[in-house]
Amino acid sequence: MRTLFSSSVGKKLIMSLAGLFLITFLVVHLGINLLLFMDSTEPFNIAAHFMATNLVIKVFEIVLFGIFFLHMIYGLILSVQNMLARPVGYRKANHSQKSFFSKYMFHTAIILLIFLGLHLLDFYIKSKFLGGADTIIIDGEEYHDLATLVIERFQIGWVVIIYVIALFGLGFHLHHGFQSAFQTLGLNHPVYTPIIKFLGVLYSIVVTLGFMAIPVLIYFLK
Amino acid sequence: MDLTLKIWRQENRTAKGRFETYLVRGISPDSSFFEMLDVLNQQLVDKFEMPVCFDHDCREGICGACGLYINGRPHGPDSAVTTCQLHMRKFKDGDTITIEPWRAKPFPIIRDLVVDRTAFDKIIEAGGYISVNTGGVPDGNAIPIPKKNADVAMDAASCIGCGACVAACKNASAMLFVSAKVSQYAMLPQGKVEAKERVKKMIAEMDELGFGNCTNTGACEAECPKEISLSHIARLNRELYAAKIL
Repeated sequence: MRTLFSSSVGKKLIMSLAGLFLITFLVVHLGINLLLFMDSTEPFNIAAHFMATNLVIKVFEIVLFGIFFLHMIYGLILSVQNMLARPVGYRKANHSQKSFFSKYMFHTAIILLIFLGLHLLDFYIKSKFLGGADTIIIDGEEYHDLATLVIERFQIGWVVIIYVIALFGLGFHLHHGFQSAFQTLGLNHPVYTPIIKFLGVLYSIVVTLGFMAIPVLIYFLK
Repeated sequence: MDLTLKIWRQENRTAKGRFETYLVRGISPDSSFFEMLDVLNQQLVDKFEMPVCFDHDCREGICGACGLYINGRPHGPDSAVTTCQLHMRKFKDGDTITIEPWRAKPFPIIRDLVVDRTAFDKIIEAGGYISVNTGGVPDGNAIPIPKKNADVAMDAASCIGCGACVAACKNASAMLFVSAKVSQYAMLPQGKVEAKERVKKMIAEMDELGFGNCTNTGACEAECPKEISLSHIARLNRELYAAKIL
């Protein structure tokens, strides 16, 4: 097993499994975020409270950070190796027909990494360590008022613009990443691969627009 | 047809190369790309200049010796053909054509447009063969092989090892080549005997030689003159997981 993960294909296996985990995480994340569109801020705050305090979720939080780190480190190692594999480039840019988004996985990854830093600072670190969220009482229990924190944050125009740009990066990254993960796992089939590719495109569009709706609609409606 | 050619010239492995511009006139649209280069080289020889070196052998599209990176595409603008089967009718009169060698660290340039593809031979030496004792010539259908498997193996075996996949890949990955060589045996009973060792050794050799990692962009499949499919890369991955884990 050790030698599997030192091979190029093994490293890609880690990338794909970690990527699929992160893809699953985004669905949960988006699901909770959409609670912000309910009439009251209560459901979102309760859900956020559950995510921050439940023991199982806490374990998953550590797993999530670990898997994200693996995805990032292995992506970096593979990308550096790829750059070293062609020390002298072509004069004429490559015109081979290929998946457009696959060309920019490294670039979108950089955008996402920077964005993630800002995003964690904005909400995760602010509410958890800096006391950025006020305390409210729901049914006699104390909750952090994260909903208000989010709504206040998205009143600022440039914050909304940064989120929208970064989410385009996410969409591009997912567009190739989703189907690529299955190919790396060895799942390629004349019938199912086109379905996987379609689901990948659908997923990346839905997730991107879903996340984008939050800052944009809050900015214009709340 | 009158054409302007921008061609990479490099005296030897260590020399610093450069692009040279040449003009060729009166090229027939029905001539092959190499016949056009032959015309250029005759011009150069007549002027006592060194002709442009390029690899070629059969000029029938089956040997895998030729390969030029033409206007940003391995084997040029046509699809499913080698450079020798590319014809000048694919270009327009007055075009400027940029001709470069394959670019990859494991494919060092020997001279001008000729690259050293020994790296592919090393990958084959690592395990791309069958060493089981198969005895004398067996009866035609003594070993039943499903038609489907035979077809997949045959498709994979059509790889001529030209290196266009490496040249096209933004990561200079050799995965399409290695996957074809693994697939052609993995589907057949004679090849299954050494399947696990083969895939492990060939991938280890590929990594060792400094080829890049596949990012599933599909450029290799698009440029392969034998239209080897990405599904072989998925099979290569499966073969490796099975060999390492099971």
